[in-house]
Amino acid sequence: MESTAHDFKHNVSDALANPNLQDSLAMLKVGFSERRRLAAERLPEFELLRDRARDIKNHALANLDFYLEEFERKVIALGGHVHWAPTAADARRIITDLCKSVGARTVAKSKSMVAEEIALNDHLEEAGIAPIETDLGEYIIQLRKEPPSHIIAPAVHLTKDQVADTFLEHHGPLGFTKRLTERNDLVAEARYVLRQKFLDADVGLTGANFLVAETGSSMLVTNEGNADLSNTLPKMHIVLATIEKVIPTLEDAAVLLRVLARSATGQESSAYTTLNTGPKRDGDLDGPSAYHVVILDNGRSSVLGTEMQEILRCIRCGACMNHCPVYGAIGGHAYGWVYPGPIGAVLTPQLIGVEEAGNLPNASTFCGRCESVCPVRIPLPKLMRHWREREFERHLTPKAVRQGLALWSFLARRPKLYRRLTGIANRVLALFGRADGRYGTLPLAGGWTRFRDFPAPQAGGTFHAQWARHGGARTRP
Amino acid sequence: MSDDSSPRSQILNGIRRSLQRGPLSGEAKQAVEARLAAPPRGPDVARARLPQPEKVALFCQWAETNNATVARVAAGDVPGEVSNYLARNNLPARAAMAPSPLLEGYDWASQKMLSLRRGRGEGSDQVSITGAFAGIAETGTLVMASGPDHPVTLNLLPDTHVVVLREADIVGGYEDVWERLRARYGKDRMPRTVNTITGPSRTGDIEQAMELGAHGPRRMHIVVVRE
Repeated sequence: MESTAHDFKHNVSDALANPNLQDSLAMLKVGFSERRRLAAERLPEFELLRDRARDIKNHALANLDFYLEEFERKVIALGGHVHWAPTAADARRIITDLCKSVGARTVAKSKSMVAEEIALNDHLEEAGIAPIETDLGEYIIQLRKEPPSHIIAPAVHLTKDQVADTFLEHHGPLGFTKRLTERNDLVAEARYVLRQKFLDADVGLTGANFLVAETGSSMLVTNEGNADLSNTLPKMHIVLATIEKVIPTLEDAAVLLRVLARSATGQESSAYTTLNTGPKRDGDLDGPSAYHVVILDNGRSSVLGTEMQEILRCIRCGACMNHCPVYGAIGGHAYGWVYPGPIGAVLTPQLIGVEEAGNLPNASTFCGRCESVCPVRIPLPKLMRHWREREFERHLTPKAVRQGLALWSFLARRPKLYRRLTGIANRVLALFGRADGRYGTLPLAGGWTRFRDFPAPQAGGTFHAQWARHGGARTRP
Repeated sequence: MSDDSSPRSQILNGIRRSLQRGPLSGEAKQAVEARLAAPPRGPDVARARLPQPEKVALFCQWAETNNATVARVAAGDVPGEVSNYLARNNLPARAAMAPSPLLEGYDWASQKMLSLRRGRGEGSDQVSITGAFAGIAETGTLVMASGPDHPVTLNLLPDTHVVVLREADIVGGYEDVWERLRARYGKDRMPRTVNTITGPSRTGDIEQAMELGAHGPRRMHIVVVRE
């Protein structure tokens, strides 16, 4: 997917002015996060499980080469194939060739963020193969030719009415000429249309939530069952997964599953969790005759051993974006690439460069909610801070910001001057009145007050002045 | 296994370079091999650590919370319950049934109106009947292991999925299922597909409101068999 991350500020302005998006985001803010909180409260062991989930992923990353080889060995032993793709281009070529090898015309795809990352659909289409997104949300945005705006709820930016219009436009030619108004009717119509596409597809392509080294299984979690139809009906099943998806054992999967669904949607369990191990066996009445796993690196191996390594623990639950005030205000598209929200703010500069995506780690208030809900305890604010530092080191920060920081650091190193100037500023601000505790307009601060009030200083002078008046520090550390 | 320029070596060597070590060897390798051979369990989930009768009750409670319906019957009453369920819900008395020895143990011939076809699921099937490898009390989840006696399509294609589950096959958590799978199939030979299914298919993709019956069954009825 073509990145617009460099255009972040423009994207944000558009997002804030989009009434449909703002309606959808208003629902998101109360939905996912409240359900996650209730689910966590229902399971007294939840925090212990998060610790363990973090430890399991750390262990897997520290032994990643071993577990990948073990996974490969098990897949091959059961008649499957493993393909190694260092780059996105390698993965696209491998998958396109596999599809061509069975003369595929259509591919039933189950939502995969990695497939989005490598822009697989565009390349399949160029090769004359039609990818069909089967996750309902992903199907809706495929019809609308939009990228996903959330990693587990790709169409969360749309309202029911927008979906109804999209279906009328695209299903009308198939004979569905009535504009639907009920959600369950929309779901039923999509089910009907997609069912035939499942039955006709030559290849099923899925991602993987986990690869289990112990058994050589790919593990998939969905609510709709679309991944299961994708891996059962077509004659070939291709799994596309990145290297950090491998975990040691089924017991480890049990721990991760317990935190995944609760963190993502607040469910005790997703409706379908499926282990696929190799192709159809002798005597099986259904299932694909070929099973291929494409293991993609795309820059991840170089993250190991660096200060950013912790990002590789991510299990893509989406909790960080569900709880992010910035995501909640602007939605996913504004981030400009595949991964939005706090995880995107850390991952995108890693994958496509800080020059392109340097704005994203700055789109955070550092409130810390993302870290507080992350099921594998990724310190997202810390990692965003790393990117800000690198951006500054590389002189990519805008001039005004650099000058502001330089001025601040000049003053911060001269405490007397700093106190004198803040004392003056305090008194000047007081001239504008402090009765309401805030200002709706303020000279030179239009950029701020156009969208929100500016807090008025309290009576009694600056913090430093009040501190001194109250006796200051009585002991020195 | 392959030369250094192969994509496989590129990735594995890249990982090793970043981790600043060569391939695992010696004690480090023995430690991970031991961990694979005897997988450590995660923190115990207390709510499923129960005597068997309460485990069964917990399973039923969570299955219903997750929008399945549950009937608890004696073995002799299984075919009758299935017929009644279909009649109660105005569903056709016609079903695709898994060709499973376990299911053949019930007296389906007693249901004169019920017409059964043994085999895999087809796109046109409205009702399927299958057994289950296990039930997980912790979340009301069913576990289906694929094989000649249990085609995966039966779990997915029909609108209504009727599942016959023996009380003795209800266990506490996932970990108990993994142990049973290893005991039945061998540690290195998982069935092609293990579906764990919690209630009917659903989606929250339109305005985050849960709707049942996205791609898989809209209705799931679990017949829990007393033995």
